[in-house]
Amino acid sequence: MNFKLILNIAVHLLRARLKQSIVAAVGVTFGIAMFITLVSFMHGLNNMLDNLMLNRTPHVRLYNEIKPSDKQPISVSENYKNDVNFVSSVKPKDRGKAIYNSKAIIHYLKQDPRIIDVAPKITTPVFFNSGTIEISGVVYGVEVAAEEKLFQLSEYIIEGKVSDLTQNNSIIIGKGLADKMLLKKGDVIKITTAKGNLASMKVVGITQIGIADLDNTMSYTSLDTAQKLLGEPTNYITDIQIKLHDINSAPALANEFRTQFDVDAIDYQTSNSQFETGSTVRSIISYAVGIVLLIVAGFGIYNILNMMIFEKMDSIAILKATGFSGNDVKWIFIVLSMVIGITGGLFGLLFGFIFTSIIDVIPFSTAALPTIKTYPIDYNIIYYLIGITFALCTTFIAGLFPALKAGKVDPVEIIRGK
Amino acid sequence: MSNTVLETKNLSKYFYDPVKFQVLKEINMSINHGEFVSIVGKSGCGKSTLLYLLSTMDTDYEGELYIHDELITGKTDKDFAKIRNENIGFVFQFHYLLSEYNVLKNVMLPGMKLGKLTEKEIEHNAMEHLRTLDMHEQALKMPNQLSGGQKQRVAIARALINNPLIIMGDEPTGNLDHKNSDMVFDIFNKLTVEHQQTLLIVTHDNDFASRTNRIITMEDGRIV
Repeated sequence: MNFKLILNIAVHLLRARLKQSIVAAVGVTFGIAMFITLVSFMHGLNNMLDNLMLNRTPHVRLYNEIKPSDKQPISVSENYKNDVNFVSSVKPKDRGKAIYNSKAIIHYLKQDPRIIDVAPKITTPVFFNSGTIEISGVVYGVEVAAEEKLFQLSEYIIEGKVSDLTQNNSIIIGKGLADKMLLKKGDVIKITTAKGNLASMKVVGITQIGIADLDNTMSYTSLDTAQKLLGEPTNYITDIQIKLHDINSAPALANEFRTQFDVDAIDYQTSNSQFETGSTVRSIISYAVGIVLLIVAGFGIYNILNMMIFEKMDSIAILKATGFSGNDVKWIFIVLSMVIGITGGLFGLLFGFIFTSIIDVIPFSTAALPTIKTYPIDYNIIYYLIGITFALCTTFIAGLFPALKAGKVDPVEIIRGK
Repeated sequence: MSNTVLETKNLSKYFYDPVKFQVLKEINMSINHGEFVSIVGKSGCGKSTLLYLLSTMDTDYEGELYIHDELITGKTDKDFAKIRNENIGFVFQFHYLLSEYNVLKNVMLPGMKLGKLTEKEIEHNAMEHLRTLDMHEQALKMPNQLSGGQKQRVAIARALINNPLIIMGDEPTGNLDHKNSDMVFDIFNKLTVEHQQTLLIVTHDNDFASRTNRIITMEDGRIV
């Protein structure tokens, strides 16, 4: 089969119906451009929201949960081993919130090659005192360097510096708290712990994560300060936060650490399952809309090719009479369709890129997301590949049926009709 | 090699719509190399139908068809296309030029499909054919810029491009006035005389037919 000749004929047929061909190609262009814009934008949003959580959340968190003992004393007793025991009114056991042997565990985890780094943390409920009013809140005692490395703490600090936390008795409070208590950087805040210890701390910064519930209650201080505040020794740690190289291994590793260190462990996937669902649904919607657009464009091509074949019956007849087989004619129309698809598709990629670039510079400022200045866009070559592949498939299928029809045209019928 | 270009054995053809009807009844005929043959007959006698069977475009028949002593009945669509491309040139009542291509390209198209020569050689041959038909000055015009007679001459040039064994014409002068009809006849005549080109022309123009080497008259699906 002489492909060059077939391409040549296809292109000439296209040029004879240039306007219609352009309309068909524009349909594909529009479909692809919208598909890419939509998917890039949607994934940009998804990634932004994911990062909002992911950056704030450890992949695996080790802690002590307050819960009843798995084994009640009676089940250990030899005397009642073969009996069925009912224990009523079981109360949770206070094992203390502190992770036992935390220093050794951290040291061990830091050697593990699967782990990026480990950040110890103390979480404790407190009351912030403002005059006679007490506002309940949480103090996170963090190791500043590790926290910064793993969770980019400084990105959410809107006033002050993270490094100032290393000063004695310094605290960074949430924006909501600061607004409520009319505090600003440099002020002193009084804090009461659950056990009644009272302390004064200097506000060295204000943080805003974008989640109002957190911004209204949380505050950061250094590990030492938190231990002092609680009157606990320097090995007192309530949480060990772990970031992994491969986030997908989090559930497995959580299990491993749970048995190995005899602590509770929760992985990212479990603690954020509703988040994953949201992302998936948004992706599905954007893909579905994009694909529907392309299918509509496919129908446009189908229509135009069908019309073209009716118009070009004479040409098809003479091509067949002068030695083009049905297969050749079929390929002429498939190639014709593919030319529309490729041209439209490439312009679609270009326009898709242009549209996403435009969205990328549209200002998008929301109090909830202090680090985001413009609408987020995920530039990923995969979307462009999916777009062009789907465009080619659609145009091929849209062209195939008219082309098969053209291939079956009986030249005798056409020529005799004249 | 024998001198027979085209031969049929017991060629029969039926139409089924609206009722079964035998159009061609056991046609036996042969055409020799260099002959200028015309088929005449009344409308509906089956002369065009016969031509389309001979041209391999219509394959729904009974009997056998030989081109150059080779049985071609029962070959595939692709083979038929190749046979038409290589061995048969067509001139129809309507010119069937592709409006997207200029005259030269229209003439070249079957040659390009055959692909035995380079594009340059095909172009050269096309120009030669156009020159013999006195159409070389119109070579770069589009078909819609030509008159009816000129278009028909281009169609003849296109039929000649692959040096076919036989040129088949279905009422090639049907749409032309007397002057142009004469001109087309003169071209055909010149082709047989000067180039020993075999020609098979279906016509109802008795004047045209009477001037050919041999007249095949058909009546009710039979040669008489």
